[in-house]
Amino acid sequence: MAALSPGNQGVRLAVRYLVLILIALIFIFPLLFMLMNSLKPTEQLLADTSSLRAFLPVGDLSLDNYVDAFKRAPVGTFVFNSVLVTGVTVIASLFICSLAAFSFVFLDWVGRGILLSIILATLIIPFETIAIPLLLIVSKLPWFGLNGLEIGWLNTYRVQIIPWIADGLTIFLFVQYFKDLPSELVEAARVEGASWWQVYRRVIMPLSGPVLATGAILKFLVMYNQYLWPLIVVQEESYRPVMVGLGYFFQLNVAWGEVMAYLSLITLPVLAFYLALQRAFIASIASTGVKG
Amino acid sequence: MASRLTTSNRAGWGFAIPGFALIAIFIVLPFFFAFGLSLTDQRLVSPNPTRYVGLDNYRELLDVTVITLEPQRDEAGELIRDEDGNLEYPKVRDITRSDDYPQYSGMREWFRWQSGQNAKVVIASDVVFMKALVNTLVFVMVVAPVQAGLALVLALLINQRIRGINIFRTIYFMPVVVSIVVVSLLWRFIYSGNDGLLNNLLDALTFGAWQPIDWLGNPSTALGSIMAMSIWQAVGFHMVIWLSGLQTISPTLYEAATIEGASGWQTFRYVTWPGLRNTAVLILIVITMQAFAVFAQINVMTSGGPLDSTQTLVFQAVVRGYGKQDISGGATISVILFLLVLSISLLQRWLTRDRR
Repeated sequence: MAALSPGNQGVRLAVRYLVLILIALIFIFPLLFMLMNSLKPTEQLLADTSSLRAFLPVGDLSLDNYVDAFKRAPVGTFVFNSVLVTGVTVIASLFICSLAAFSFVFLDWVGRGILLSIILATLIIPFETIAIPLLLIVSKLPWFGLNGLEIGWLNTYRVQIIPWIADGLTIFLFVQYFKDLPSELVEAARVEGASWWQVYRRVIMPLSGPVLATGAILKFLVMYNQYLWPLIVVQEESYRPVMVGLGYFFQLNVAWGEVMAYLSLITLPVLAFYLALQRAFIASIASTGVKG
Repeated sequence: MASRLTTSNRAGWGFAIPGFALIAIFIVLPFFFAFGLSLTDQRLVSPNPTRYVGLDNYRELLDVTVITLEPQRDEAGELIRDEDGNLEYPKVRDITRSDDYPQYSGMREWFRWQSGQNAKVVIASDVVFMKALVNTLVFVMVVAPVQAGLALVLALLINQRIRGINIFRTIYFMPVVVSIVVVSLLWRFIYSGNDGLLNNLLDALTFGAWQPIDWLGNPSTALGSIMAMSIWQAVGFHMVIWLSGLQTISPTLYEAATIEGASGWQTFRYVTWPGLRNTAVLILIVITMQAFAVFAQINVMTSGGPLDSTQTLVFQAVVRGYGKQDISGGATISVILFLLVLSISLLQRWLTRDRR
């Protein structure tokens, strides 16, 4: 049959790759544009957009834009704030959510069913629909700190961290994972006299590598890319995260070279992290779709 | 199994309560609080005590009426026409500001159409909100099916067994990990009216016949441009979910289809698609929820303009609740948004239910 001749198959394979490559270009060109232009002076950047030069490392290349970006805005502070808020939230979230899921799956207690149902029901509440009432709540919450009692959480790290620690999706992921673990492990440990805390710490957590990675990656993406929430609860520069800090580059005259440098600076670490762990990233997203 | 070994109210509550308490305070409480606030005149900071105002906030947002304008006539009863021969109508604001029609007070024209000699004018008490509502619904109704469909096409492409396919999967997924704020700024360059990358590309493809468009500055293209970019950014996410659905379909079914001599389309229709049913329901609901929440793109790219053509519900909730410190107004929009998300999710579930 003609359709199976080697030449014909070669053409079909070439067409397949051509389609795949064209689509890949569509997904990659804005990021390529950002990286290349972060190295060019603003005048050249604007002149280059009319040709393919926009995507090539040609012309007057330097790291000047990066240096200027640091001069224009407290970039170091923004990055530090984002890393701090993201790191603390991810760790606290893994601990608190896995502990709750452990209790829901392995222990019997009065009220278990109702509490889990309430938590799962919150999955249909988009954050955007509670942002405004939550703004009012956090503006009036008390806090016992070094200076004694304070009222109001606006312009702090805690307002960026504490509301994001526990969420229905993370608890749901842990519950799904724990359900597939053999319950005999838990019972055996209990027979030998282990406390519940020991069962959690010594038996279950060492087996939870994959789900911990999934929970960490999903939380990391949400936290590092935070925008709406810090925009409305943080006005002070010293607590701003990277995405809100972007506003700094749009006051008065916009130097696009510096903007591209700042965008590259805050995006490259995430892309590098993703490329290094891409299997884990993709598996994390896929696991949110399992059993829905 | 409930047994002496696993029953412990103290440990059970102790382990679950930190997570549950955080969810109760920061998700459940503000959720119910939104309903309460929408019935008051609460502001973020105000010297006056908060008052209960019933459904006033909803009325101020949702009040819409149609009024009929008759063309103006001169003293002889002849129709007055302007220089272009068009009929002249009384001004809408003469009616909404008139003491004769207190029920229309404060309302503004949203849009109008011609009905014989008369003009039918739809007036709304909050035209910006109405535009935000319609734009959000358009956004959801376009983005949800298009994004789900494109994601499925990509998943089918990526599911081929050829060398190097993982590289393409990695690239297609890449925009998902990049912040929507960063993406929106980059796309401002692509959409720019005078030397934007998209205009330059179209110019090259048409050998110079292309007339540049200011994609984000034109009321008829702005929302569409933002929709296209949003799909570009998020389609990889749903591609991965489709892919995991595809990989749960047993290879023996495909072998059977090949033996039976099924065509490519028949294989998709009778083997692949039935195996993706649950994935399809999940993806549609997740995209719908994400699409209803559209905010960052608007805030970075257009701030709702031009001419309110890219206003959305979340953007308006933030403009009012945070920008104008009108917490009750923002909360009311939030409640309306949530009821929309909920009813559309339930509708989707019902439409895609198992009919066996």
